[in-house]
Amino acid sequence: MTDAKYPRSEVDPDKCKGCGLCIAACPKKVLVFSPKLNSKGYHYAEYVGSGCVGCGNCFYNCPEPDAITVYLRNYDPEKVV
Amino acid sequence: MKKTVLRKPKGFIDVYKHKPGAEKDRTHYCPGCGHGILHKLIAEAIEDLDIIDDTILISPVGCSVFAYYYFDTGNFQVAHGRAPAVGTAVSRANPDKVVISYQGDGDLAAIGGNNILQAANRGENIAVFFVNNAIYGMTGGQMAPTTLLEQITTTTPYGRNANTDGFPMKMCEVLSQLSAPTYVERVSLHDAPHIRRTRAAVRKALQNAKERKGFQFVEVLSTCPSGWKIDPVKSMEWVKEKMLPQFPLGVYKDVSNEAVAVERPVPIFDPAIVWEKLGISSVADVDFPRGDVPDEYRKMSIRVAGFGGQGIMVTGQALASVALEYGYNVSWLPSYGPEMRGGTANCSVNIQDGTIGAAEAVKPGLLLAMNRPSLEKFEKFIVPGGTLIYNSTLIDIKPVRNDIKVFAIPITGIADELGNTRVQSLVNIGAYAAITGMFNVDHVVELLPKLFKGKKQAIIDLNAKAVKAGYDYVKENF
Repeated sequence: MTDAKYPRSEVDPDKCKGCGLCIAACPKKVLVFSPKLNSKGYHYAEYVGSGCVGCGNCFYNCPEPDAITVYLRNYDPEKVV
Repeated sequence: MKKTVLRKPKGFIDVYKHKPGAEKDRTHYCPGCGHGILHKLIAEAIEDLDIIDDTILISPVGCSVFAYYYFDTGNFQVAHGRAPAVGTAVSRANPDKVVISYQGDGDLAAIGGNNILQAANRGENIAVFFVNNAIYGMTGGQMAPTTLLEQITTTTPYGRNANTDGFPMKMCEVLSQLSAPTYVERVSLHDAPHIRRTRAAVRKALQNAKERKGFQFVEVLSTCPSGWKIDPVKSMEWVKEKMLPQFPLGVYKDVSNEAVAVERPVPIFDPAIVWEKLGISSVADVDFPRGDVPDEYRKMSIRVAGFGGQGIMVTGQALASVALEYGYNVSWLPSYGPEMRGGTANCSVNIQDGTIGAAEAVKPGLLLAMNRPSLEKFEKFIVPGGTLIYNSTLIDIKPVRNDIKVFAIPITGIADELGNTRVQSLVNIGAYAAITGMFNVDHVVELLPKLFKGKKQAIIDLNAKAVKAGYDYVKENF
C-alpha cells in the first residue's frame, strides 16, 4: 500500500453507470461500489483512497468516455496545461 | 510524449451538443456496453495519431447509430448496412482523409453483407470496426448472423439451431480470403489484457488508414449486457467462455508491411459539366413571353394519372418542359409499377414561380385522369376550387365532386381520329393550354422538335395536329 497522492484513480459519480467493469478489472481491488447512489440511481464506483498502481485497467474497461480519470505515477499537477 | 494522465480522449467532442436531452456529458449506451470501450479506444487513437481533423466517421444503424454525437470528426450517419458503400464514396472523394466505418453485426453481416464484401474486395481505403456482440441489441435481442449455436435470443427461444438458422457468420475468416484487404484481425474486449490487444489493433488499423494502405478490418468481440440479460461483469466472462471457442481471436491477414498507399482517380463533381451534358443552364432561359394567366393557375400542382402506355409520363414531361421555356421553376416526379404497358402510372408536375418544396402533388390543383381507376383514386384529393380534366372516351362515370371545375374531354377519341392513339399526350397539352391559358399553342408547336428530338418529321407534324385538336376541342365546347 502506498499513501502517495499519485497514481490515483478518480471516478465522476454522476457519469458512472455502476456497471462494475472497473471494479472487476482492478488488480489491486482499490475500487469499490459506493454505498451512496448517484443522481441516476446507480451505486457508483469509487476509489478507496490508496493502493492504486496506475495500471489504467479501470480507464480502459470503463465504457463511459469521461467517468474515470487516472493520474499516473509521473503526474505533476504543476506541469499540466 | 508519455502520458501522465488517462482521461477522456480528445477524439471525443467536449460537450455532446448534438445529443438531445439534458445529459450532454455522457453516452446513451447501457451500463457496461462494449461500444463505449471501443469508442474510447478509437477516440484515443485518433488523438494520438493526430488525425482528429482528418477523420470522417460513418455511423451505422444499430445502437451505435449515434456515434456521431461523440466523435469530434467529420460524421455521416447512413442507412442500415450501407456504411462501406458510403465510406467508399467518402474515401474516393476525399482521398486525403481517414475514413472509419463503425458497424455492428446485424448492420455489417446481415443487411450490409454484400456491401462489406464488395468494399473489402475493392480494397477501399476504409478502416472498418466491426462490433460483434452476437445479437441485435437495439431492437430487443433478436438473433443476428453472428449469434452463437445454442444461444437463446428472443427469436431463437430454444437456442440457435444450425439446421434451421445456419451457423454463426465468421466475417474475419470470410474477408481474409479476399485478395485486397490489408489487415484483418479479430480481437476481444472481455478483460483488460484483451482490451489492450484491441487498443493495439485499433491503432494499427488507423495507422494503416492514415497511410492509405487500403482496407482494414478489425472485428471486436463485445458485450451486450442488456440484450443478453446478463450483468456487465458476467457478460465479459460470457464472451470468454462462449464466444471465444466459436470466434477464435487472432490476425487473419496482415500485409501491412508490403502494402503501398492506394491511389485512385478522384471523381470530379462539377455541376457545370453535368448541366452541359444535360443541356440545361442555371440561368432562367426564357424563350416565350407569358400570356395572361388567371391567378388560380399561376402556381400549379398537377397530377397526371392513367394506364401505363397512355402517355402519362410524356404528358408530365411535356408540361414541365414547356413551362420551363416560360421561365417557371418545374418538377416532374414519376410513379409507376414494374410493367411497361398496362400497369397503373401517374406523375406529379409542379409549375411555380417560387421554390418547389415537395415534388409530389399530394393535393393537386389540377388532375388529369386518363382512365376510370385514376379518376376514382385521385378525384378526392383535388383541392377545393381545383380543376379536373378527364378522358371521357374511356371513363364512363361522372365525377362526384361539385366544388371543382370539370372538363370532360374525349382525349383518346380525338387522338384516334388523328390516326394514332399515342398522340393523346399532346392532346392533353393542347387542352391544358386552352383551359389554363398558361401556354400559347403556337409556342408548344414550336417546341415540338425539341421535345421529340430524333423523331421523324411526320411524327412531329402529327403531334402538332394533336396539340391543336386538344386546344380547339376545349375552345369549342367550354
